[in-house]
Amino acid sequence: MTCWQCSVESESALLCPACKALQPPPSDYFVFFGLPRKLDIDVEKLQSRFYDLSRLLHPDKYSRKSERERGYSTAATAVLNDGWRTLKNPVTRAEYLLSQEGLEIAEQRSKDVPPELLEEVFELNMALEELRGGELSAKAELVAARDRFASMLTASDAELQRQFVQWDTVDHNSVSSQSLAPIRSILNRRRYISNLIRDVEKELS
Amino acid sequence: MSSSFQIDFSEAGSNQKIIGIDLGTTNSLGAFMDLTGPAIIPGADGGRIVPSVVAFPESGEPIVGEAARQMLTTESGRVIYSVKRLMGRGLGDVTEELKLFPFRIAEGSDSVIRLSVGEKVLTAPEVSALILRQIKENAEAFFGESVDQAVITVPAYFNDAQRQATKDAGRIAGLEVLRLVNEPTAAALAYGLDKRKEGIIAVYDFGGGTFDISILKLHNGIFEVLATNGDTHLGGDDIDNMMIAVALEDIQSEWGQDVGENPEALQTLRKAVIACKEQLSFAPAVQLTLEWNEKKYQRELTREIFDRLITPVVDRTLGPCRACLADAGLSVDKIDEVVMVGGSTRIPLVRNAVEVLFKAKPHTELNPDEVVALGAAVQAGILSGDVQDTLLLDVTPLSLGIETMGGVVSKLIVRNSTIPASATESFTTAVEGQRNVLIHVLQGEREMARDCRSLARFDLKDIDPMPAGLPRIEVKFLIDANGILSVTAREKRTGKEQSVEVKPSYGLTDEQVEAMILESIEKAEADFKERQVREARVEADRMFAAVDKGKQNDAWLTLTDDERAAVEKVYNELVLAYHSDYYDLIRDKIHELDQSTHTLAERMMNTAVSTALKGTKIE
Repeated sequence: MTCWQCSVESESALLCPACKALQPPPSDYFVFFGLPRKLDIDVEKLQSRFYDLSRLLHPDKYSRKSERERGYSTAATAVLNDGWRTLKNPVTRAEYLLSQEGLEIAEQRSKDVPPELLEEVFELNMALEELRGGELSAKAELVAARDRFASMLTASDAELQRQFVQWDTVDHNSVSSQSLAPIRSILNRRRYISNLIRDVEKELS
Repeated sequence: MSSSFQIDFSEAGSNQKIIGIDLGTTNSLGAFMDLTGPAIIPGADGGRIVPSVVAFPESGEPIVGEAARQMLTTESGRVIYSVKRLMGRGLGDVTEELKLFPFRIAEGSDSVIRLSVGEKVLTAPEVSALILRQIKENAEAFFGESVDQAVITVPAYFNDAQRQATKDAGRIAGLEVLRLVNEPTAAALAYGLDKRKEGIIAVYDFGGGTFDISILKLHNGIFEVLATNGDTHLGGDDIDNMMIAVALEDIQSEWGQDVGENPEALQTLRKAVIACKEQLSFAPAVQLTLEWNEKKYQRELTREIFDRLITPVVDRTLGPCRACLADAGLSVDKIDEVVMVGGSTRIPLVRNAVEVLFKAKPHTELNPDEVVALGAAVQAGILSGDVQDTLLLDVTPLSLGIETMGGVVSKLIVRNSTIPASATESFTTAVEGQRNVLIHVLQGEREMARDCRSLARFDLKDIDPMPAGLPRIEVKFLIDANGILSVTAREKRTGKEQSVEVKPSYGLTDEQVEAMILESIEKAEADFKERQVREARVEADRMFAAVDKGKQNDAWLTLTDDERAAVEKVYNELVLAYHSDYYDLIRDKIHELDQSTHTLAERMMNTAVSTALKGTKIE
């Protein structure tokens, strides 16, 4: 990249190493944070990087600089904040990487019942109907179902983490984006379950 | 919404003072960063607070502050107060509220409320600008230099339109608004809680017209807001209005007359009610008295009755507190400290409610009326570089979304996201050759567009004619550090910047603001010139007095005739200049007179010394 201010060439950097001028930020969160494209991330390290970069890039530090640098500061801090928000959470992190590989998590897909959950979901819907119909006895059933789904969520989080570690060991230059398919199916299932929990919570409250 | 009116201050005035301003519903204050810490800027009368009240007398300039407040009970039709409640609002938002205010609304107030006061018609930003200008002038008089840059505080729960209106007010007042800071966050800064290395703080900010709750995490000088919530239409005003309503009813049954119909009587009652409310923070009981048309109404008001009356208002603050905790993902026992801000937190019932909710004794060491302005000054210090190692990371209080099919809102940036924040969305055309795409942007938490706050419609214009669905227009939504949205668009295949026309749903267009700025700059220049002339005349008066005194002195006679004639000549020229409007001329002549009286001054000094010596006996 060539610095807009002093024209010195450098590898992609947030600040020009020569004149310290702020450069247009990269939009890729992994590139921005200087991270390898891996899914298993040390969130605590990421957090301290987030704080350090905030001190460096925040618009408060550029209020007396040129309009151009002020613009870059706002843009860079937006990428920083968006990136931190996305990468700190394993689910949004995986969704981000999937979308970069062209594997969107479609809202519609998450509405299809995963086959292994068909029976559970059927019973849950029955209980929901009963509660809406005024049968308060269904409440205990719903609480139990919610707790069951919550533990499924915990289990799928653990499974996600296992898949992350596995995916990270593969050389991604040589494999297709299909290597992300198992992760995508966990995410879909996960989203489905958390929507269920949300619905049950709503009925219970 | 983004503005094209930007001035590059990068080169000019890097040593300029930046002031912090708390533009409050009831009171406004200016503050600055002193060597020892933030300090309030006093007004010409020595007062620290500028009541947010503006009066428009039949002739002459608008009056701001205490003097305007005094006029409320005599000329209520010419006075505007609590204008903050109208900032960034449309007529539909404030219909209920306006019943309680003696304001008249002018025609054409659908997207911007226009107040009709005396002979003038003004928008809320213009009225706020007059308050800001007063603070700017106080600061200029205090520092003896011009002040053009400011940090202004806003309620954390202010939406985009309310923030934009505040920024507009600053621009109209001739201030470059370097940052809008959320009031509770500013208060946390003022408390200097960064001395504490780590911890979770809740800031409960209950002011004259707005309520905010913010939860912050402290981490080595970084103030990171985790969540914020509030109600921009809940404050001490509501307590006043409740008390007034009760009193009016009581008076009606006693006198058989609705005194509320008389604006002056209503304002007199408002004043009495506010005084009672304030006293009840210290006294167990007070007398509410209204004297009107030779009639006297008096009623004892105990704190118990008062507490019962205001409980619903205080309770309304607790819901947002709980929601804020939930959004921060914290339970109450995780809160290390609670900070109280805003005049309404002086009410014992409020303090009590907060203490019970957060299970912590709230901080009340700093004056709740001043703490926000002091925090704004700290933020000004951060921007100027005077304050190092402290950084605020604030959030957007409301989710940002766009209207999609069937009036459903698709969320792009969720509430409590750290700002600046951005989101990108692709749009395309539905019809062959379609040249425009209209995007409706909203703020709020509800599912349907009609239940959210419409911010603006962005018109993507001049799209190259193509078959339907082929253009890929990438639209970037960016919320800046002030919490204000800007939108840019680009056609993805060609990379061409797409022009975007902004149609704000509420508030002023850029053109309107610019017209107001021009008008106010002309005014400001006239004001400035007038002040310069006035100041020069004061100095000339001093000069005249000194020279007159010199002529009485024996030293005058020791001058040559030519010397005396020269002094007389310049003296007369200064008299002529004095009555002109040319401040340069007055200054020049003062300087000349000063020069021509040098010898006289020296001789006078010598005589004074020799007289003094003569009087001293040396033994």
